[in-house]
Amino acid sequence: MAPVTTAVWITVAGLCVTTAAIKAFGPLVFGGRDLPSFLARAIPLLAPALLAALVVTETVGGTGRALVLDARLGGVAVAGFAIWRRWPLAVVVLCAAATTALLRAV
Amino acid sequence: MLLGLSFGVLARPVMGSVATIVISTIVFAGSAQFAALAVLSAGGGAAAAIVAGMLLNLRFVPMGIAIAPSLRAGPLGRALRGQALVDASWALANRGGGHFDIEFLLGSTLAQYPAWVGGTVLGVLAGGLIGNPRAFGLDAIFPAFFLGLLVAELRRPDARPMAALGGLLALVLIPLTPPGVPIIAAAAAVFVVAGWRR
Repeated sequence: MAPVTTAVWITVAGLCVTTAAIKAFGPLVFGGRDLPSFLARAIPLLAPALLAALVVTETVGGTGRALVLDARLGGVAVAGFAIWRRWPLAVVVLCAAATTALLRAV
Repeated sequence: MLLGLSFGVLARPVMGSVATIVISTIVFAGSAQFAALAVLSAGGGAAAAIVAGMLLNLRFVPMGIAIAPSLRAGPLGRALRGQALVDASWALANRGGGHFDIEFLLGSTLAQYPAWVGGTVLGVLAGGLIGNPRAFGLDAIFPAFFLGLLVAELRRPDARPMAALGGLLALVLIPLTPPGVPIIAAAAAVFVVAGWRR
């Protein structure tokens, strides 16, 4: 069922404003000055934690509160092999998509 | 490009052609757009759709804090550069040890923007011809991409326990919380650990 047009446009406007505010927050508030020491310790560790969480949510996450185990798992496993073989990132990504597409086709 | 195409194909029947292209042009946050779309197509209202999108966008708060020390600009310049935050650019601009190559971040976002918007337009126009973009395995692109960048991070020994913590926390929280929360929780855990180890 298609939602009413007003709801769609309110969503567009609301997401536009909140996205801009959220993206500006860190640089605006924490840029241009010395960081509190616990933040300075946390920042180098953010990348590995966020990347690992993104790998997990993009592999077994869905649109609701449930683990979704599907063909993406095979694609990511092949990507793991390609990364271990030190293939370029573009090749890694293509291998993952091709494997997932193949698994869905059979 | 391909993900923008997927968004265009999936969003047009729900949001209409114009709103689909406008949201990609002015919001430019893929996962938030997909989340809002999921709520709208399930019959949810605008407030629920915006909250779902915001939950996914909240990870730009820790990402923005992470790039803050690398920014050399006044307040307005910093806020504007913050608009270039998208997952892939942030991850690619990461130079390890808390340093970010801001020029690289801006450049890779500038490269992705026309691809995202153009992909959406193509998806809206060609929607009927393509069918379901998942058949091409496009949804496996993101986890593979992030896995590649994660493995590069893991060369630093102090990154490994944090990666394990973030990954495990996400896995446990996916069935329990709305999408977006697991990623924010992983970031929050890092701040907790860093505050506790003083």
